[in-house]
Amino acid sequence: MAGNGEEPRYFLIWFILFVLTMAEVGYAFLALPQWLLATGLILMALWKALLVAIYYMHLKWEPKRLWILAASPLPLAVILVIAVLTEF
Amino acid sequence: MSQPAASTADRHPMPGMMVYNVKLGMWIFLLSEVMFFTALIGSYIILRFAHPDHFAEPGAVLNVPLTAFNTFVLICSSVSMVKAYAAITQGDQKGLKFWLLVTILLGTFFVGVQVYEYIILAQEGFVPMAELYGVAHEIEGAALYGATFYTMTGFHGTHVTIGILCMWFVLYRAWQGKYSADNYGGVEIMGLYWHFVDLVWIILFTIVYLI
Repeated sequence: MAGNGEEPRYFLIWFILFVLTMAEVGYAFLALPQWLLATGLILMALWKALLVAIYYMHLKWEPKRLWILAASPLPLAVILVIAVLTEF
Repeated sequence: MSQPAASTADRHPMPGMMVYNVKLGMWIFLLSEVMFFTALIGSYIILRFAHPDHFAEPGAVLNVPLTAFNTFVLICSSVSMVKAYAAITQGDQKGLKFWLLVTILLGTFFVGVQVYEYIILAQEGFVPMAELYGVAHEIEGAALYGATFYTMTGFHGTHVTIGILCMWFVLYRAWQGKYSADNYGGVEIMGLYWHFVDLVWIILFTIVYLI
């Protein structure tokens, strides 16, 4: 939870999320190679997802071991996708 | 606080994870949800790589501006949810109720826009399980695109709807004065679920609508 005398800037994060969403929409229709578009869009989406997790879900103020717990499914998710991909 | 003893016990940091039990339970549930949505998104990515001709270009079928606006609405609902949490940690009962209600309204608006989008898409011939999706758009293999689109967005919309129903319950309890600056676990775990739903949509919007 939020604490330690640090005031979370919820509306600043909201503004960054808004700008990133607009940037994503604009970027998606640029005349760029598909791989470059996909990479840029995924990076922006991950940035937004991290902002939500860190500030709105208050991971920033949680014990480090909860960070580890929260990150634990990520390698499993990669393994799942790769496993299905190889079977396809 | 009808059960101050139980509430206090719930909020004690536990030796293992150093967070109270209900919150740890919600986190573990959300981690299982990560794997659930990974299966859906992963399947979509794999199918799209395997059959690129079955999927339309961004904006060709789906309404990107409308959904970008809807994404913004969901992001706004995350802010209102976190404001509700911040209010009750300060003991602000009025603020808690106000921001919870705002969150419910924004969430309902999001689902409403999604239903509206479904109706428009269905009228254009883009439906799940359609054998000939390309009738209106001259794209073959529409069944694959429709099935993956409606499965992913449908499951997400269901999550939002469940979240709204749960939030009505939290608001009802807030009206009964069940939460306070010393007992806000219910609001906090409701917030965790709601932000997770927002987080999933951020990924889905990019993968389904923009790439």
